[in-house]
Amino acid sequence: MEAPIRAREALGFILFSLLFSICRSSSLNHLLISNAERRIDLSSHIVKVYLTLKVENAGSTPTSEVLLSFPPTQADHLATVEALVTKGKRKKTTLVRLDVKATELPDAPNDAKYFTIYLANPLKSGESTTIEVLYLLTHSQEPFPAEIAQSESQLVYYRDSALILSPYHIKQQTTFIKTPSTKVESFTRVEPSNRAGTEIKYGPYEDHPPYSFSPILIHFENNSPFAVVEELVREVEISHWGNLQVTEQYTLVHAGARHKGVFSRVDYQSRPTLNGASSLRYLLARLPPRVHSVYYRDEIGNISSSHLRTDSRKSELEIEPRYPLFGGWKATFVIGYGLPLQDFLFETSDDRRYLNFTFGCPLLETVVDKLTVKVVLPEGSKDPSAVVPFPVEQHLETKYSYLDVVGRTVVVMEKKNLVPAHNSHFQVYYTFKPIFMLAEPLMLASAFFLFFVACVAYLHIDLSIRK
Amino acid sequence: MAAPETSTAAVPTLYTNNTLRNAFGGVLSFFILLLIGVMAFSIRLFSVIKYESVIHEFDPYFNYRVTQFLAKNGIYEFWNWFDDRTWYPLGRVIGGTVYPGLTLTAGTIWWLLNSLNIPLSVETVCVFTAPIFSAFASWATYLLTKEVKGTGAGLTAAALLAMVPSYISRSVAGSYDNEAVAIFALIFTFYLYIKTLNTGSLFYATLNSIAYFYMVCSWGGYTFIINLIPMHVLLCIVTGRFSSRLYIAYAPLVVLGTLLAALVPVVGFNAVMTSEHFASFLVFIIIHVVAFVYYIKGILSPKMFKVAVTLVVSVGLAVCCAVIAVLIALVASSPTKGWSGRSLSLLDPTYASKYIPIIASVSEHQPPTWPSYFMDINVLAFLVPAGIIACFLPLSDASSFVVLYIATSVYFSGVMVRLMLVLAPAACITSGIALSQAFDVFTGSIKFQLTGASSNTEVDAAETSSSTAESQTDAVKTEKPEETAKNRPSRKSKKKEREHGEKPSTEAKAEKKRLLALPLESSVHCVWAAAEAYSAPSIVLTSRSHDGLHVFDDFREAYAWLRHNTDVDDKVASWWDYGYQTTAMANRTVIVDNNTWNNTHIATVGTAMSSPERAAWEIFHSLDVKYVLVVFGGLVGYPSDDINKFLWMVRIGGGVFPHIKEPDYLVSSLC
Repeated sequence: MEAPIRAREALGFILFSLLFSICRSSSLNHLLISNAERRIDLSSHIVKVYLTLKVENAGSTPTSEVLLSFPPTQADHLATVEALVTKGKRKKTTLVRLDVKATELPDAPNDAKYFTIYLANPLKSGESTTIEVLYLLTHSQEPFPAEIAQSESQLVYYRDSALILSPYHIKQQTTFIKTPSTKVESFTRVEPSNRAGTEIKYGPYEDHPPYSFSPILIHFENNSPFAVVEELVREVEISHWGNLQVTEQYTLVHAGARHKGVFSRVDYQSRPTLNGASSLRYLLARLPPRVHSVYYRDEIGNISSSHLRTDSRKSELEIEPRYPLFGGWKATFVIGYGLPLQDFLFETSDDRRYLNFTFGCPLLETVVDKLTVKVVLPEGSKDPSAVVPFPVEQHLETKYSYLDVVGRTVVVMEKKNLVPAHNSHFQVYYTFKPIFMLAEPLMLASAFFLFFVACVAYLHIDLSIRK
Repeated sequence: MAAPETSTAAVPTLYTNNTLRNAFGGVLSFFILLLIGVMAFSIRLFSVIKYESVIHEFDPYFNYRVTQFLAKNGIYEFWNWFDDRTWYPLGRVIGGTVYPGLTLTAGTIWWLLNSLNIPLSVETVCVFTAPIFSAFASWATYLLTKEVKGTGAGLTAAALLAMVPSYISRSVAGSYDNEAVAIFALIFTFYLYIKTLNTGSLFYATLNSIAYFYMVCSWGGYTFIINLIPMHVLLCIVTGRFSSRLYIAYAPLVVLGTLLAALVPVVGFNAVMTSEHFASFLVFIIIHVVAFVYYIKGILSPKMFKVAVTLVVSVGLAVCCAVIAVLIALVASSPTKGWSGRSLSLLDPTYASKYIPIIASVSEHQPPTWPSYFMDINVLAFLVPAGIIACFLPLSDASSFVVLYIATSVYFSGVMVRLMLVLAPAACITSGIALSQAFDVFTGSIKFQLTGASSNTEVDAAETSSSTAESQTDAVKTEKPEETAKNRPSRKSKKKEREHGEKPSTEAKAEKKRLLALPLESSVHCVWAAAEAYSAPSIVLTSRSHDGLHVFDDFREAYAWLRHNTDVDDKVASWWDYGYQTTAMANRTVIVDNNTWNNTHIATVGTAMSSPERAAWEIFHSLDVKYVLVVFGGLVGYPSDDINKFLWMVRIGGGVFPHIKEPDYLVSSLC
């Protein structure tokens, strides 16, 4: 327990320094948070935090920007931040999504990272509004002990602050932490705090100045498998003959407590409840409806343990790796499937075509460390451009496939640290003339024609030297 | 063949009709050959359909890995490849110890496809190499048999070869082994030899050497060619069939072939140093002597010739004795008499079990049982004798070669079950000849009855049946003109000879149906064998139980685990059977593999496997082993696990380390 104590001391120091550091940015000072409620869901390895902030404009000028701040350790693991605001009166409320952008402030205390929420309507002086913020953290639960045997269950640490880190003064705040089971080894007490069932409650705390911080450490059982895809390459190949071929290459790792000692298959299969509670037995991939020709294989052949269930709205592919993944174990595999083109390819009014497809990883409850999406456009298509709802790195490549002469344009998009929430649609626009579809059949036909002409010619030419 | 031309020329009124018919026959036989090729290819796809497109068994995995290396690094790297992933800590010089034919073939196909921008993986190319080459092999059979007994026999033999189970067992999709291309090379070399023998063309003789070179590249079984052809030459000389054609067929083959063979690194100087090749050199000398004698005989008067003979014989005998004495001394000085272990076990079937347990431990080196003949060549076993008889009527240079081929291959197949593969083409050729000749006789008798144009109906009727039957009726058709004219009396001595000619056509028709039923029934067996018996990839096992199909994929599970969860330089020890698969699928260094070139090393692993835990740990530790792969099939009832192989570990280990004694591991010694 030495390491956590030291960490607590370090965090205490941070708190101390934060308390004394006063934000000099004038635009921040006139906002305050009258009530904040935070719900942290630790039930899977992706930490979901729901933050409800009641923001009040105490200054004199209207403002439309609200800042969120995160400690640097959390900011590195932040996968997505969303902000919503409720519109309309009772019963007829609708949620409106707000723009959120990462912001750099020049004098951020202790390297705190910021996100700015842009309100739809500026908040006038004296008014208040309620913002719902959802953010997801990956790789934020640290297994302790770091190595477990087959029959042990997985215990993890989760570190956070009892007080919400905010550049604003918070009048009242409460934090609820939901653990996956009632088995909680220990948690830091910051009075008033108590635990009931699977919920730990911190607060309510009153009147805390900006950048208040109070580190907490929760040690609890989390047997959900830590499925992390280290690298995923999705290749979407468009064929105007009516097919969309998707190939996904996974490098999967179990990021939980490392496996220690032997693995006994007999124990594992005969007493599944006592053995390998945290092991990764199967994964569920949600594929689009009308999927066909699904395959699941790796570099040494087909992996027979998979099931496909299809209905009119969605397809579910249940896949088991070749061996159950214990902590630290890796596996690589490829999933491929075909889709009817008309479900995903559309034409714009100005004769351009666009592909509308999901960006993220189809596996449920999985973190993707690095995702590369490649859209292979048909040979002869021009002016590709991609529209993605979040920032990605983009570049173009050329790929040669069946009988290509000039090659196909490939739009490559890369993004790091993805969660299932990133499974939104993206569009790739391009122009394509249907005549290019006939290039390859014509090429083949002429090749055969020339071959037969050559045969006929050979049969009619006498090449012998002596007559 | 020129025969139909002469017969039609004798009947000028029917000339145009017959050319048309010949042209039609040519096109028909082309399409039949195409169909045979398609059948040969597709009958081998059961494994892909029933299981998946995957490399089978053990050796193919090594070939696959070599091909991957070739595709990735190019030909020069391939020749210089020193593989440190196997035989740790010794390593293995791959470039100098493999027969590169198969690898180069598949590598070339892959390169060709990829340069046309057809992005097939190396694995796909490897999986389908064997079926493609079996189509080639059946076409080569057609050519060979056509040279021997005409188009009809050729088509029949090609159809039979396309589906003979013995060959299917070695060439289903995924069994990416040397034999896959070697059988094609073997038949094609024989074809070119016969072609040269028939034409006396130096062009074909050169092609023959090149085909022989390809065979040498492909398979160690090339020694069969280089011994069979000299035997045939000798046979021809002894039976007084020496001709300049024979000389052209043989002498360039030995000179060029040996030079080319020596280019292959794995053969190298073995092409002139080992006893397997001596027969060819001896016959080379003999054929020159004989040619010289014929030449002298031509220029001298008979009296002078006799004098010269006595002179030469007396001097020559003395020289020969001296040479032979030196040769024998040289050969005798080497412990194995200059023969490799595998060749010796062919000559003396008990040799391996006495001296080399490692050869004896391989199941495919065991002698076959009678049922395996029926399983592997099925109805051909009954047709072969008839075919041999047909070859004697009349005996030509080419047909005597077929007789010699079948006789030797029957012997070799009796020694080693693996060599059933060499027997299969011979059996197909002779059976094809037998069937085709029998059809000639029967349809001939029908034709005598129904004079005129009525023969067309019979052709139509037959065309509706299966492709096998079709090819045979075609055989009949193309042979007909030659048949009706002459040769009839000489071919009468077949077993059904009495029914011929004077017998009414109904009886001949009935007999023909009976004869048709034979290959049809056999084709049912062949398809069954291809689908059920020979298509299991052996790395995936399936079992049917009351609640459906169960798939056991434990091998690949283990290999995949090793591949992803161990360090890239870790050493994995296992019994040598799994060596190739571990290097190919798990990409980890192994101690021993299926190459079995170092008996001591295998014995070390065998000793470790059969020692108590502490001693075994020390042995494995000295070899830097971090993981040991053992296969236990007791829980699911998988019979060929390591417990089953355990006695061989003890035997092989005991062969080198005398403290391992087989009786210690047997139950009787405990009592």
